[in-house]
Amino acid sequence: MRELKITPIKNGTVIDHIANGLALEVLRIIGVRDLDKDSTVSVAIHVRSGKLGWKDIVKVENMELSPRKVNAIALIAPTATISIIRDYKVREKRVVDLPPRIVGVLRCPNPTCISNQPEPIESEFELTERRPVILTCAFCERRVDDFLHHLA
Amino acid sequence: MRTAGLPLLRGRLRWLRSRGRRDRLKPGSLRVERMSLHGRDITSIRDLSREEIEEVLASARKMIPFAEGSKVAKPLAEKIVAMAFFEPSTRTRLSFEAAVHRLGGNCLTITDAGATSLRKGESLYDTIRMLSSYADAIVIRHPNEGSARLAARASDRPVINAGDGAGQHPTQTLLDLATLQEAFGTLTGLRVVLLGDLKYGRTVHSLAYALAEFGSELILSSPPGLRLPEERREELRRAGGRVSEEPDLRKAVQDADALYVTRIQKERFVDESEYREVAGSYRIDGSVLAHAKPRLIVMHPLPRAGEIAPEVDQTPHAAYFRQAFLAVPVRMALLAAILGARKRGV
Repeated sequence: MRELKITPIKNGTVIDHIANGLALEVLRIIGVRDLDKDSTVSVAIHVRSGKLGWKDIVKVENMELSPRKVNAIALIAPTATISIIRDYKVREKRVVDLPPRIVGVLRCPNPTCISNQPEPIESEFELTERRPVILTCAFCERRVDDFLHHLA
Repeated sequence: MRTAGLPLLRGRLRWLRSRGRRDRLKPGSLRVERMSLHGRDITSIRDLSREEIEEVLASARKMIPFAEGSKVAKPLAEKIVAMAFFEPSTRTRLSFEAAVHRLGGNCLTITDAGATSLRKGESLYDTIRMLSSYADAIVIRHPNEGSARLAARASDRPVINAGDGAGQHPTQTLLDLATLQEAFGTLTGLRVVLLGDLKYGRTVHSLAYALAEFGSELILSSPPGLRLPEERREELRRAGGRVSEEPDLRKAVQDADALYVTRIQKERFVDESEYREVAGSYRIDGSVLAHAKPRLIVMHPLPRAGEIAPEVDQTPHAAYFRQAFLAVPVRMALLAAILGARKRGV
């Protein structure tokens, strides 16, 4: 941890092995504004990594991610690992993974898709391919491989 | 309260009368094979397996004399089919309505979205949900892609997609296949030229996919800006389709069995200058057909806008009006299947 130059957290979530340069996007998904006012968010950008060469890390105190946020992170940072910290100890550690259906995370890039109209529905995509990840809109069948620009 | 039973009684009498009429019509009485499509939504051609497509086409062939009016049957008597058309349509709506009437059913029709509560801000979801409580099935055309899938979620009655923007139009594909099958007796091993707007044309995307599944060869011929999108090519390759490209129309039609011509749809272009560049860039006339086999058929989903010269109408190549007619038996077959007509004693 000394190497990372950021302090350990007592309770919260550590998102590690984020591809270099994507930490701010991960923060956007987490929604920093919604955090508890006493929570600290630590961001390390361009950190040496044995696995990735360079990586980013995000630590958020007093927060555990919802499945929807985990899915969004999995889309833009598929190499990320998520650790749940309780009382300074890693209680759960997992690699992000995508479910077969991804609901409410992305906007369909097709502007005339019905899911982009004022209808009482959430966007919905099917996981068509895993490597590289390709999703297909459950409404208009548009295939999507650029997720960064279409986060809901 | 006293009158409450009367419509039911009348309905029963109507049903008995129609049964009697059907009996008198033997041997031309209509036998609708009960398919696995009963109660299903048809939003994309991918909703149908190859076997199901073959079943619909076989049923459609039996429907032809009923579609022509030379035989009569009422398997959809007392059934109501809602026609929710939120975008202009002539052939599709009228052929669906004709199909319902020929089967003895009734239609509820929306043809002007401006005259519905959508104008007051009601969502399509709510409109369809309401409509599904008035009808036994819903046929929808809407300008937004994916709207038929939304409708299928909103409705507890089966939904048929009659065109969702630049998306899917599965019944058009079925009638295109019916036209090819009627002309050649098979859908396998044909050489089909797809000409025109292969980028935005919804009919060609679904047809190309279905033909690839059936093992026919596709020759793509389009203006440079309107080529089939790479995503669609990949899809055809995955379906095992043999696909080649031939921008020279005269070369493309040599050895072809069918030439499927599309209209360049002005309404699909975001940029009008892009439309002007490609409008009128191809036309089928005697000079093109001179290079074709005598048995080549020319198909078009219609309306045409100058892509096919009127002189072609008089030649044996012209199949587009037959194609427009086959819309009725094909839609009859599909409606009968999803509404479980056989269950009603047909």
